[in-house]
Amino acid sequence: MTTKTVSLKIDEHEITAQEGKSILETAIENGIDIPHLCFLAGLTKTGACRLCIVELKGQAKLFASCSTPISDGMEVITNSEKLKAYRKNTIQLLLSERTHVCSVCVANKNCELQALADKLGVEHVAFEREWTSENVDSSHPFLVIDRNRCILCTRCVRVCDEIEGVHALDLKLRGKDSQIIVDFDDSWDKAASCTSCRKCAKVCPVGAIYVEGEPLSETKDTGIADFVLSRRKK
Amino acid sequence: MNPKVITINPITRIEGHAKVSIFLNDDDSVRDARFQVIDFRGFEKFCDGRPFYEMPSITARACGICPVSHMLASAQACDELVNVNIPRTATLLRRLMHMGQLIQSHALNFFHLSSPDFLLGMDSDPAKRNILGIAAEYPDLARKGIRLRKFGQEVIENVAGKRIHSSDWIVPGGVKTPLAKEKADYLKHNLPEALKVTQETLAMWKNYLPKFEEDVENLGNFSSHYMGLVTDNGGLEHYSGTLRVVAPDGSIMADHIDPKKYYEHIGEASEDWSYMKFPYLKKLGYPNGFYRVGALARLNVASHCGTPLADKELKEFKKLGKKGVVQSTFHYHYARLIETLYCIEHAKDILEDPEVLSDRVWAKASVSNSEGIGVAEAPRGTLIHHYRVDKDGLITWNNMIIATEHNNIAFNKAVTQVAKKYVKAQKLQEGMLNRVEAVIRAFDPCLSCATHAVGSMPLEVQMVNSEGKLVDRIVR
Repeated sequence: MTTKTVSLKIDEHEITAQEGKSILETAIENGIDIPHLCFLAGLTKTGACRLCIVELKGQAKLFASCSTPISDGMEVITNSEKLKAYRKNTIQLLLSERTHVCSVCVANKNCELQALADKLGVEHVAFEREWTSENVDSSHPFLVIDRNRCILCTRCVRVCDEIEGVHALDLKLRGKDSQIIVDFDDSWDKAASCTSCRKCAKVCPVGAIYVEGEPLSETKDTGIADFVLSRRKK
Repeated sequence: MNPKVITINPITRIEGHAKVSIFLNDDDSVRDARFQVIDFRGFEKFCDGRPFYEMPSITARACGICPVSHMLASAQACDELVNVNIPRTATLLRRLMHMGQLIQSHALNFFHLSSPDFLLGMDSDPAKRNILGIAAEYPDLARKGIRLRKFGQEVIENVAGKRIHSSDWIVPGGVKTPLAKEKADYLKHNLPEALKVTQETLAMWKNYLPKFEEDVENLGNFSSHYMGLVTDNGGLEHYSGTLRVVAPDGSIMADHIDPKKYYEHIGEASEDWSYMKFPYLKKLGYPNGFYRVGALARLNVASHCGTPLADKELKEFKKLGKKGVVQSTFHYHYARLIETLYCIEHAKDILEDPEVLSDRVWAKASVSNSEGIGVAEAPRGTLIHHYRVDKDGLITWNNMIIATEHNNIAFNKAVTQVAKKYVKAQKLQEGMLNRVEAVIRAFDPCLSCATHAVGSMPLEVQMVNSEGKLVDRIVR
């Protein structure tokens, strides 16, 4: 079977890549950095975080690069001033929605949101912060979910469904009020379908799901989905 | 008729934000004075619902000067929640870190914040009455102060990884990482210099003491009870032990109180004009049951320090009071120097303990008690953390009695005494009001981790008469 290739330009790079891939995947393969949070190699793309937005020449609107497939002759701009400003705003909106306090967070220095905020030069949150008080569930013997820190990227939901094959986690409510729930919104110790595999904690980009008493540097394994898929192919 | 009020806001060279209001009679004599804390932090509210093991980290943020003390009180409360006896090495390391905390905090108060008052003079030019003024007039002393504080911070850094807020190092059940030998060696190497600086400063202080007779007599010189932790045999203690309360006449009013039963002995009142609570001894009621804590109180309640050089100094210090109880708030400065000496000696003892380098430092366990209380002697006095958790270890209720709060009633008594003595309302002078601030500095209150610029805080004092007319005004 022959695979069709397409030629495109990402910033100043002329690239030939397999048809069907997304702009973000193609950029990552070619060493081009596009900020992203909800995307994780091996999981389906949701385009939830809107950090990976890019500009396409000839198009007025912005596109989420994780869920936009490449096409022949496409010219992608990944780092314009406009994009930088949008991304900075997006990070600030994420920080303002819930109660993120890095200094006392288990993910401090191991947090993708914190690292991106730092990288994109977010020094302050310009929006009024909501300081919500969300439910913390530490009923599981070792897994904890602190919904105050959740950015609703749904990596945990997807890894649980697509890789572990359990679908113990899901979302309830809508918009910024959405909450990650376990089974039918049970407390975690009552969740019959959870296999306690820890994959949710391994892929969480922030400190929302973690293993109690374990440094996040030990828990985190954002390559887990891709690794499992690659072994399945063999 | 509305009373005439003089307001000092903010008080400079203290940790946090506060103001003093001085109330005048119709003849302009001072009727009363209030020390008002105008910060509101709300820790006890926003800690609710958090997992208990986050408490050392969260509560440490109450202060940037004494985070270690918060971590220790908090960790001890958490130790009780997980119901473990922590490994001996972890206790040694927590104690060592605390010694570093006391050294750096005491050095900060003595050299950076308070020495400008007594070395440059209460009435000296306020623009120069700060650590930079000290550096210009007494460069050697300023260097010593900075070096001593640096040593204290280095103890914390080498033990726990960071100078300020190394709060993820202390954990329920012990500490996260053992002490590396090269770090212990580094501290041992630098210890003699810190000891020398402290001894020289103590000698200097004792030489100066006769000159401070007026300050000793008038800056918060009154009888009160004193409270502090003591060892089993009544010695100076900062980390564990039991509480002792000493009466003004030197008699022991209560001894070996289990710190976990603090609430049986201490009540907390509140007033509508301050965000700080007013703890009092239940036995004597509010406000008569007021007491003092901190360095002066600890030396008043302890029979000995337990290290040779500090014991010698303590003996001499106790001669300043009747039956070993020294009452003048001004002597907090002296007491802090003696405690610093003790801390350096105690740190040396810990570093020479063969078990200090052991790698058994963390007894891991999950929550098994629903209530935990931790008590430690912060630089400014007895610090109590009290938590209740649900079955999953989430905080359902918590109470923190901050060291500075214990002194709250005493603050008010002290500022009233100083204001009555020095403030002449017909013609306000900056030096008069600086004396009011100086007595607060002597307590070394730690009102929050709020920052302030040394000596350059805007200070405006207004005297307004009962018709609201400005009678006098001075601006610093």
